[in-house]
Amino acid sequence: MAEEKKKKAAGSVVITVERCKGCGFCVEFCPPHALKLSDQYNVKGYHPPALISREMCNGCNMCGMLCPDFAIYGFLQNKKSGKGSDRER
Amino acid sequence: MAEELYELDENLPVNPVESLLRMDRMPHIWCPGCGIGTTVNCFAQALESSGLDLRKTAIVSGIGCTGRVAGYLNLDSFHTTHGRAIPFATGLKLANPELKVVVYSGDGDLSAIGGNHFIHAARRNMDVTVILINNSTYGMTGGQVAPTTPMTAVASTTPYGNFESAFNLPALAESCGAVYVARWTAFHVRHTTKAIKEALLKKGFSFVEILAPCPTLYSRRNKLGDGLAQMVYYRENSEIRHGADTKDVALEFQGKIIVGKFVDRVRPTFGEAMDRYLRERLGADYLPATAGGA
Repeated sequence: MAEEKKKKAAGSVVITVERCKGCGFCVEFCPPHALKLSDQYNVKGYHPPALISREMCNGCNMCGMLCPDFAIYGFLQNKKSGKGSDRER
Repeated sequence: MAEELYELDENLPVNPVESLLRMDRMPHIWCPGCGIGTTVNCFAQALESSGLDLRKTAIVSGIGCTGRVAGYLNLDSFHTTHGRAIPFATGLKLANPELKVVVYSGDGDLSAIGGNHFIHAARRNMDVTVILINNSTYGMTGGQVAPTTPMTAVASTTPYGNFESAFNLPALAESCGAVYVARWTAFHVRHTTKAIKEALLKKGFSFVEILAPCPTLYSRRNKLGDGLAQMVYYRENSEIRHGADTKDVALEFQGKIIVGKFVDRVRPTFGEAMDRYLRERLGADYLPATAGGA
């Protein structure tokens, strides 16, 4: 896919908000700095992360590797499958 | 933004680590900012990429925060008595040499209460992989001083600071005979994953030490900030030195951390040595448990 178009790899994240404990590992160590801690609270009272903008995410899954609570996961978006893998659907 | 956060979509990909976890036991007990969950991600990915048969992989933990890992992983797992993870793993391996046995436990469990078992399993070169999560303290019992607590660090039993020398675990493992010794931190997720994979595929006593933050007890008592601050410290003060002499990799309080793969060598394992010796000694009378031995 990268060879077809000289575009940056497009990725996104899936966040299981209620599992998050707000440690901030994903936000601090995201290589393209695409995440921030949300202003929202989850039921435990933590601020879960949120994507600043989808264009910034490259789907490297560093957030997923670092998350101690298995609450976030980054993935490469497959454009051919349309919106099926799009988290804003 | 709020609507977006709480949106659930069944078409979204599932976190791949979930297939290796017992999701009915989530959320886990680890504190916010604890690094043990991060190491579980690394282990899960290493296990998947190693190509090992998951039905022939067993995980053994002792007691403690890290000891909970066996209960959270969706493998054949064994939550044993305090410090005795390695003896249980040894028994498991000897009774069923086909199994890949992984010991996943903490520094207090493996190096203090189970210290003797650790050195003897390394001496015998028992074919088990030992993953030791070093958070520098006894987390679950209230932050007492551990053999891995660095000098001058405050613990609940050393209110004026620790005056005992800490264990240099890679040097201990190497001098006792481990065939694979590596140290990484919870920050180095890719390196840790690779090291665990190499350790899993190595025949003999392979040892991976992973430093992890303990924000609730160790960091808080020592005024080191939260788990994130400790992870930033790992990023800024780690030096990768593959093949370093393990005598030089001792940890100091908030000092430089030497990480890397220190030892990768070949020695006959316990099972191989037993098979070879007894075959020589007894000849045709000797019936090995399996073709490959333990």
